[in-house]
Amino acid sequence: MKRISKCYIGLVLAFLYAPIVVLMVYSFNSSKSRAVWQGFTFDWYRDLFSNDVIMGSLYTTLLCGVLAALVATVIGSMAAYGLGKNKKAKSALVLSVAYIPMLNAEIVTGVSLMLLFTLIGLDLGFFTMLISHITFCIPYVILAVLPKVRQLDWSLYDAAQDLGCTPMQSFWRIMFPELLPGIGTGFLLSLTMSIDDFIISFFTTGNGVSNLSITIYTMAKRGIKPEINALSTIMFTVILAILVIANVGAAKKDNKKRSMRI
Amino acid sequence: MKRNACLIPLYVWTAVFVLFPLAIVVYFAFTRDTGNGVALSFESFTRLSDPMYLGVILKSFKIAIISTLICIFVGYPVAYILARSKSKMKLVIVILMLLPMWMNFLLRTYSWLSILENTGLVNTLLAAVGLPKIRFLYNEGAVILGTVYNYLPFMIMPIYITLLKLDESHLEAAADLGANPVQAFLRVTLPFSVPGILSGVSMVFVPSVTTFVISQLMGGGKVPLIGDVIEQQYRVVNDWHFGSALSVVIMVIVLVFMYFINRGDVESNNGNGGRLLR
Repeated sequence: MKRISKCYIGLVLAFLYAPIVVLMVYSFNSSKSRAVWQGFTFDWYRDLFSNDVIMGSLYTTLLCGVLAALVATVIGSMAAYGLGKNKKAKSALVLSVAYIPMLNAEIVTGVSLMLLFTLIGLDLGFFTMLISHITFCIPYVILAVLPKVRQLDWSLYDAAQDLGCTPMQSFWRIMFPELLPGIGTGFLLSLTMSIDDFIISFFTTGNGVSNLSITIYTMAKRGIKPEINALSTIMFTVILAILVIANVGAAKKDNKKRSMRI
Repeated sequence: MKRNACLIPLYVWTAVFVLFPLAIVVYFAFTRDTGNGVALSFESFTRLSDPMYLGVILKSFKIAIISTLICIFVGYPVAYILARSKSKMKLVIVILMLLPMWMNFLLRTYSWLSILENTGLVNTLLAAVGLPKIRFLYNEGAVILGTVYNYLPFMIMPIYITLLKLDESHLEAAADLGANPVQAFLRVTLPFSVPGILSGVSMVFVPSVTTFVISQLMGGGKVPLIGDVIEQQYRVVNDWHFGSALSVVIMVIVLVFMYFINRGDVESNNGNGGRLLR
């Protein structure tokens, strides 16, 4: 890379990371105010675990994320499998409807679901939020799994049956392992979308059930608690660590294959 | 396993939780509570012609368009440099570009306040070197900064992925045929990357035009956008009919926008030959 290019990339990265670095630094600030630096402390990390509001929303966020991702992965993967062998024109119509929650403005999705729940008399809360999350996660699963279905070699499926497998066996033993990476991606994508969601949750939850985003939004009006900064620093570091480990692992594999052509 | 049976859960879920709710929104948008029953009415839409609401809609568009353009001009070079780079660091940088998205976007946006507010980092630095303080926050510029900050990675990634597919030999051919680097870029690379730009635009424009959180945090409520008005109608004023009318407006904007993006995408996807010849 030329020097100018390097500087430019550096500047953009600085722009993307400036608020994150500031947030992490302030999670160690002993002053409650975000304006002044009063010295280093671990207090917020200690207080975090005794803060019921934050720990409660973390629990809600994770539970909702995992459940929504699970259900969306099952429905989305089945749909992708069903769509994969259809003619492109036919599946295009189904897809354009199925992708609506992904393409539509989030606020409209949130509002429309809120109207539905209110009209059919469901109390807004964890269950309604979960249904909404499943709704907007399904398209991402289809998006991740469909290419894998299109790559399937159907002669293997037939071959397995020629060799005495039942259709079910040949699906689970031959086709499913091929789809697994796509299904995994779909699950992780759903989990990420669900954990980070604010707008749709904001409209579809109620009765004091709030995920981290909503708790942060409520706090932003009165001033963010430093404990939240501490929690985000922990979460960010964990994800960073997972990515580093995963990539170092992948790089080692690559090295063995002597195919370091990045 | 019957393949069409696999689609049944999707059909049921989409009908009940996607299409039916949207139908309810449309129903509310075109009706009004008259006191003794609900009647067909266009009142919510005629209210939209109120200069106040028109102003809000126009401002939402203005901010979204400016933000999208900035994302293109800032993001394209990043995608270009990364796609053409052969450095070992490339993959690391791509991951670094995506990583911020795993930290809650409200917190990241809120953190800009600590940097930019009157007693914030930048102004403290300015004061330290004897320069006057600058009011960064609570204006349109701050909202634009917030949207660009949040959606820039969504512009960089699709362009990057498209440019990765560009075969170097096309550029060599252009050079052999007498094109200088600028011409080669304008006539080969840029047209090739149009699908990437278009999907980037759709990923940046739609959330920017409908945001209400960024405008509340960075604009301090002084720069209300369509999203803010919708949120108020449902959460504060409780006028579901007017809120639904605004939602219908947004849906129409998104539909029209997607139509043009898809058309552009199909046109620029007519195979490499057509693209290079143009």
